[in-house]
Amino acid sequence: MVETNTQGLTAKEYKTDVHPVWCPGCGDFGVLTCIYRMLATKQINPDNLVVVAGIGCSGRLSGYVKSYGFHTVHGRVLPVATGVKTANPNLEVLAVGGDGDAYSIGAGHIPHAARRNIDVCYIVMDNEVYGLTKGQGSATAPQEFSTGTTPYGQMDEPLNPVAMAIAYDIGFVARGFSAKPKELTDLIIQGVEHKGFALVEVLSPCTTFHDIYKPISQRVRFIGPEHDPTDRLKAFQLALERETIPLGVIYKRERTAFHERARKIQEDSIQKRGKASVDEILSQFQ
Amino acid sequence: MKTDIVFRVGGEGGEGVISCGEILTLACARMGLEIYTFRSYPAEIKGGPAMFQVRTSRELLLSQGSEVDVLICFNQEAYDRHAKDVRKDGQGVILYDSSSTKPEEGIHALLYGIPVSEMAKLEMRNYLTKNIIFLGVLSKLCGVDFSILETILREKFGKKGEAILNLNFQALKHGYQWVEKNLTKKDDCLIETRKGDNRLVLSGNQAVALGAIQAGMRFYAGYPITPATDIMEFLARELPRFGGTLIQAEDEIAAVGMVLGAAFAGVKAMTASSGPGIDLMTEFLGLASMAELPCVIVDCQRAGPSTGMPTKTEQSDLRHAISAGHGDAPRIVMALTSVEDAFYGMIRAFNYAVRCQMPVIVLSDQYLAQRTATVRKPDVQQVRAEEILKPKPGELDHYKRFQMTETGVSPMTVPGTPGGAFSATGIEHGEDCELSYEPDIHRRMSEKRWRKMKLVLQGPDLFRRYGPLDADIGIVGWGSSEGVIREAVQAANAKGYRVAAFHPKVLHPMPAELGDFIRSVKTVIVPELNVTGQFAKEIRARYLMDVVQLNKVAGLPFTPNEILEKVEEVCGTWLKQTHKV
Repeated sequence: MVETNTQGLTAKEYKTDVHPVWCPGCGDFGVLTCIYRMLATKQINPDNLVVVAGIGCSGRLSGYVKSYGFHTVHGRVLPVATGVKTANPNLEVLAVGGDGDAYSIGAGHIPHAARRNIDVCYIVMDNEVYGLTKGQGSATAPQEFSTGTTPYGQMDEPLNPVAMAIAYDIGFVARGFSAKPKELTDLIIQGVEHKGFALVEVLSPCTTFHDIYKPISQRVRFIGPEHDPTDRLKAFQLALERETIPLGVIYKRERTAFHERARKIQEDSIQKRGKASVDEILSQFQ
Repeated sequence: MKTDIVFRVGGEGGEGVISCGEILTLACARMGLEIYTFRSYPAEIKGGPAMFQVRTSRELLLSQGSEVDVLICFNQEAYDRHAKDVRKDGQGVILYDSSSTKPEEGIHALLYGIPVSEMAKLEMRNYLTKNIIFLGVLSKLCGVDFSILETILREKFGKKGEAILNLNFQALKHGYQWVEKNLTKKDDCLIETRKGDNRLVLSGNQAVALGAIQAGMRFYAGYPITPATDIMEFLARELPRFGGTLIQAEDEIAAVGMVLGAAFAGVKAMTASSGPGIDLMTEFLGLASMAELPCVIVDCQRAGPSTGMPTKTEQSDLRHAISAGHGDAPRIVMALTSVEDAFYGMIRAFNYAVRCQMPVIVLSDQYLAQRTATVRKPDVQQVRAEEILKPKPGELDHYKRFQMTETGVSPMTVPGTPGGAFSATGIEHGEDCELSYEPDIHRRMSEKRWRKMKLVLQGPDLFRRYGPLDADIGIVGWGSSEGVIREAVQAANAKGYRVAAFHPKVLHPMPAELGDFIRSVKTVIVPELNVTGQFAKEIRARYLMDVVQLNKVAGLPFTPNEILEKVEEVCGTWLKQTHKV
């Protein structure tokens, strides 16, 4: 159980005095604000919070939250978050990064985080572009997007992160939009409350290299209460929708979290074979 | 009678060669004798040449030996491959399967042909009993205790049912009786039970795992790879009983990432791998240096490059261990020298990691990882495990994670500590984690990170020295060759050469005493199992002194004789030079 502090921290009080490096209008400002609001709403004790971040514009986020933070290497947010949470399950672990981190260089870790069901909420700030290297298309970039490395358009088709997440059976899959902070805050709260791996895919446009606020704003719609997120087929239908971009909780499946399984193995092995000492094991080799 | 005996079992993978060797090893150990094994086997699960060597003696054993006293050949190929290694005085024994093998004419050894495969097929009606028949033969011929062998068979096959157990008992008896009826012993190899003291039979990998647990390691993440996997399998079974967790990661990048996450959370954490896996970890190694996180990475070296020879030994990852990754990234590099040292070495590794807040790479290799040897039972009460330097009460008021200190080590908080929050990062940063590209900060922080390494050199067990103080020749080896070199040093001094050995256990940074040693001798020989002389290069670069390289690149360890021959060669060169003058 994560202890909550009783001091009544406001969203503002989770801010560090480091000024974000992001460009004016960057979607990541919106995401950061929603994270502050989630922390205040849930009254999460900053001393028990670890924000694990990847590399890229969004990866800087760990330095902006007043808590323990770990700014790691490119694409490896999930392994590090797995280590932190498993080593000390009492901590609240939040993983953050961009689409390059999550869906390109680190994409191989997603199915395994899903299989393990690590109790971590992973917020992916997806802007379809590599911002920090000045505007190359990412794995979610549309084919017509021409960039410095793809002057004739993207050679690869964009991947569909939400459909991928459902296929991997991630226990909580949601999509939000940085320009819809109220709803996004709510999705992040649900992602954090979910006991297991949660992926919150956030459309978080880059105003400098790939400003897609307008086309996104025109296409987003909120998923209505008629959607049953435990219905995987329906979830896939939403994920594959082309005309609009459905926002909200798309897929959900509850199961035992990884650290609980690890604890069960500890308890079972001790029950079956007794608490161990090195001296006792050494004696077995006589 | 000869009581220091090298047995070698040769045959095809899957024929029971390794299990024959393992049972023989256990039997000798239970007879109260010292043992030292070496195995060489194919990477494939079935087929290919397999070999298991066990040396046994009443005295402490330092190596697998140079020559074979008793060779057991399962087939013609094994005979052809190994007969040349049998001892040269004509008293060596070759036990071969007379139904399948024709020994060469005029070989200078004692040949005992036994129709083993015929017996297995016709009398036992199970070809796979060959190895147990051979064990029966060894029992009668060389004095391997019959009832101990029976006990081991019961432990090994008892679970598989009475029929299988009886089949093996019968096979053992058949081998024994065949020798009784048909063979006249002409050799001098005979072992006897000795009253044993508190000794254990451990493999290098088991000792690594146990030492890590003793050091307080409670988090392991890894990915299976030969020859390191035994460490993970051992820990998977035992670590949960200590309240620890082991994760089989999706790859080695994830494994070391998890280890750093756990280290950040304040738990002693490690991974173990071999060359190809260590390659993948290099980016995280740099992060561990930069974020000043303690962790231990064991590299069970195997022959490279690339996939190389996964089941064969080599010492070719040293340069990689010292300098892998971009940027000047400090880390400690150690090499384990024996099975016993593997236990204590892992405790030192974790102590260095927490003391210096940086990654420690521990080099082992296939020769050590899969070697079993008798070791004195460690006194775990005598072992001291260091803990991370934490801020004192009151120091948290203006806590700076990377505060400048004389040693370079800054007090470290772990998540959950009230008021101790900080944000670790791989970006260059100042004392308070503030990201910075300022020239002065980069210089000061780089120096701080490197300064910490010196703390390793304050402490015991940095090296071992053998031989006379006024030696002419100095041998500087590293890692698993320690015993072989020590045995060669003994042999060389017995022959009248003045040879000493210096065996560093920490290779990076180098112990200062190494410099004194190499200056004290006329010639330094550096034996290494690699092509280029990786440690020789380090010594030359560090001390601006030339050394004589002895490189073996065979996927096999040195034998004491090979080291001795090099000593004689060097002395021969001196004699010639003196003659010319």
